[in-house]
Amino acid sequence: MRNTLIGLVAILLWSACKSGSDKQKLPIYGNRAPVTKMVNGKQVTDTIYQTIPSFKFVNQYGDSISNKTLNGNIYVVDFFFTTCPSICPIMHRNMLKVYKTFKSTGNFKIISHTIDPKHDSVPVLKKYADKLGITDNSWWFLQGKKEDIYTIAEKNYLVAVKQDSSAAGGYIHAGYFVLIDKQKRIRGSYDGTDPKQVDQLIDDIKVLQSEPDQMIVQ
Amino acid sequence: MSWKLASCLIAVVAILFITACQSDENLEFKRYYSSGALVYQQHCQNCHGAGGEGLSALIPPLSDSIYLRKNLTALPCYIKNGLKGSITIKGKTFEDVMPANDLSPVEIAQVLTYIGNSFDNKLSTIDEQSVQKNLASCH
Repeated sequence: MRNTLIGLVAILLWSACKSGSDKQKLPIYGNRAPVTKMVNGKQVTDTIYQTIPSFKFVNQYGDSISNKTLNGNIYVVDFFFTTCPSICPIMHRNMLKVYKTFKSTGNFKIISHTIDPKHDSVPVLKKYADKLGITDNSWWFLQGKKEDIYTIAEKNYLVAVKQDSSAAGGYIHAGYFVLIDKQKRIRGSYDGTDPKQVDQLIDDIKVLQSEPDQMIVQ
Repeated sequence: MSWKLASCLIAVVAILFITACQSDENLEFKRYYSSGALVYQQHCQNCHGAGGEGLSALIPPLSDSIYLRKNLTALPCYIKNGLKGSITIKGKTFEDVMPANDLSPVEIAQVLTYIGNSFDNKLSTIDEQSVQKNLASCH
């Protein structure tokens, strides 16, 4: 009798955990605004979420990459520079794990923006990517106008970057990996120098991939 | 006296004997090695990795024992002044710059002892005197 009871409790606990993980959902970050509109004569209230605005950069192959190129993709964003002596190697060692997990799943990209576009020209980024072992189109290293990079980092991806001659390598920046969904909304932000948080990112990308495609709000 | 207490006592005495038997050399090695682990975490690990694995073709691993042995006298200079130009580690070429690290001779000795005896490397203790001597003849 006692054993049966313990068994029953164990099963209950296990199923409780299971149903919890089945319904796992990622939060949606950023401002949101309600919008009321008429659909088929009925008044419907919808939510407009904050999304990543349009941008235009160039990748390591010299191809122009815009917000439209990323339509229909889940993507992870970070900010780095090739001569960074501090956190970048550890970030990209961890990002390699993300890359290897998802490179062949399709509709997935990693975009790493250089915050030192003066030094990190397209050929420099290509060489960096080659040495890192990236030869396909799942991980892009982006170059562009400095103001554009810094603005999108701080205003849209919410990652602090700053030029500072007293910092190691000449720049201060935060090593966040930001997760963007197919509707271009921020769904997570992870410390790219912490292997545990990067494992969480990998789990969260899987959750996001299993999310049903919703109407794309643009 | 209970058996438990007696056996505890015997164990303590045994441990004392063992530690007493450790040679000064061994103790010196352990001191260098454990301090070196901290220096490594603070100054080397970001790039070379917790397991000395490096990063693809960008940053070399630290597990090439033959390279370490061959360049033993130059290693303190590489740490102190950084390293430029192409090197071959485990049959692969690396050509990126390693930045200079402003470490004291004793810290360099500690971290070299740590690296030289981690990641499958087996070098002996690299002490402060030898580091100082080698630093004096850096190019």
